[in-house]
Amino acid sequence: MSTVPSTPNHEIFDHSYLGKTASWVADWGKLILDTLVAFGAFSLFNLRTFRWMFTRLPRSETIWPNFYRVGVSSLPVVALTGTFIGMVLAVQSYFQFRQIGLETRLGAVINMTLVRELGPVLAATMLAGRVGSAMAAELGTMRVTEQIDALAAMGAHPLHYLVVPRFLACLFLIPTLTVMADFMGVAGGHFYGVTWLEIDIHHYWSNSIQAVTNFDLMVGLIKSVFFGAAIAMVSCYQGFNCDAGAEGVGRASTNSFVQSFVMILLLDLVLGIILDNFYFMFYPDGASFF
Amino acid sequence: MMIEQIMDEQQQPLVEIKGVSVSFENQHILRDVQLQIPAGETLVLLGESGCGKTVLMKTIIGLVHPNRGDVLFDGQDINRLNDQELSYLRLRFGFVFQNAALFDSMTIGQNVAFPLRQHGRFTSAQIRDMVIARLSEVGLPDSVVHKKPAELSGGMRKRVGLARALIMNPELIMYDEPTTGLDPIMSDVINELIIRTRRRNPVTSIVVTHDMNTARKVADRLVMLMPLSRLAPGESQIIFDGTPAELDSTRDRRVRQFVNGEAGERLMEMRGESPAEATETSHGSQS
Repeated sequence: MSTVPSTPNHEIFDHSYLGKTASWVADWGKLILDTLVAFGAFSLFNLRTFRWMFTRLPRSETIWPNFYRVGVSSLPVVALTGTFIGMVLAVQSYFQFRQIGLETRLGAVINMTLVRELGPVLAATMLAGRVGSAMAAELGTMRVTEQIDALAAMGAHPLHYLVVPRFLACLFLIPTLTVMADFMGVAGGHFYGVTWLEIDIHHYWSNSIQAVTNFDLMVGLIKSVFFGAAIAMVSCYQGFNCDAGAEGVGRASTNSFVQSFVMILLLDLVLGIILDNFYFMFYPDGASFF
Repeated sequence: MMIEQIMDEQQQPLVEIKGVSVSFENQHILRDVQLQIPAGETLVLLGESGCGKTVLMKTIIGLVHPNRGDVLFDGQDINRLNDQELSYLRLRFGFVFQNAALFDSMTIGQNVAFPLRQHGRFTSAQIRDMVIARLSEVGLPDSVVHKKPAELSGGMRKRVGLARALIMNPELIMYDEPTTGLDPIMSDVINELIIRTRRRNPVTSIVVTHDMNTARKVADRLVMLMPLSRLAPGESQIIFDGTPAELDSTRDRRVRQFVNGEAGERLMEMRGESPAEATETSHGSQS
């Protein structure tokens, strides 16, 4: 008796049009579900941190070392970056402005760019690179070596003990770092424009004063607070959810910087649009704030 | 009525694990585990690597949340407590981690004092005295107080971990592989410390270990877990529950293999032979 060789059901399913569609839907469904789960876990992590922040104040011995590390230790690198960015802006813009005889407007452009955009974004990027990655690596190592479990086993809540002080340090100190980046950038621009390129100092500064308002400075500072919060939460979350081993810690540190940087750019865009809308809502004719 | 109630309370175990199942994503670790630990008992959890001993211990302290089942400590369901309630309850626990889990950024003194500073209302002088007393109990000199964990040997770090776990006078102390990675002499020092701790303080202890010397020396009762992958569907994950004397006389082949440190059919499985071939080969090699 001859038998007809049968094809397995899953092969028919896989090669059919319906099978391919089902597989495509399943892949996208998994991706969407994974993204939602990750977003949910991150949101829950944030909510629990906020709840601990308002439940009990962190102890001073956890607050001050973090404030020192975020604020004082980051100051030199932020100042250096700010200075060079101010000078580079002057170098790149000068010849373009000179061709149309507007070199005295250089100060306005440099200072406006620094105060509204580059100051906060550069300070935040430096913080994400220097402090955020270190936070993720430190917390990741603590996770891998069971130090976070040990904290919990001794009745100290890890979110309260480890995350809240880091969050507060980033939140409160990034505006001061932004002011430092702004100041050093403005000084760098002045040094190169006025001292080196010999642009008239009176016009350089009078044009700057006309162009840059207190609102611009506030926009930069408001943005920086959001950047600081995002860096702290992303870095701590990566550290807390670090995979085992040296590779896991390295990946947590890299992910922390990359995700913080993407968050900084996204927030910069969103906050820029929102704050500009606020400005034009209160000053429809574009009048100067203050 | 009153006497019956008091009798019931006395008989109630300190730790009660009711039908606990734990999975991490698609990996099942524990399935329907039932266990009761009376106050004052030293229970040793045995089992091959990956069978879920440490996960079970972490479930008792609330570091791992079960997918199903309840864990009761002194009648309180651990998983129904909020973060703050759980933090306070954990003052009644001590946990000695496998690699001590000392905080790298702190000195030994700060590590041992950590639970006191976190919860206690003691002066700095009192804390210093208590830290030195606990360190001396585990045989460490005052001079280690200012050292960092990285400056100590593995055995010393384990003893610091024990001193830290004992500093709040816990009711339940858990040891996760306390002698792993130590030389035989230091292993015995740790065993003696576990026994001495129990003599000095009326504590209940759970010890996770692979070391049969430790198990025989410190245990009042032994429980052996089996990895789920090596069990038949519906079979209990606890394959042995008894005293050290009962362990020596058990007829369960899997328990005897573990106790005697015999690879048995595991070696044959690695070679890709069937269990029947494995048994034949094993018998052949014995004869």
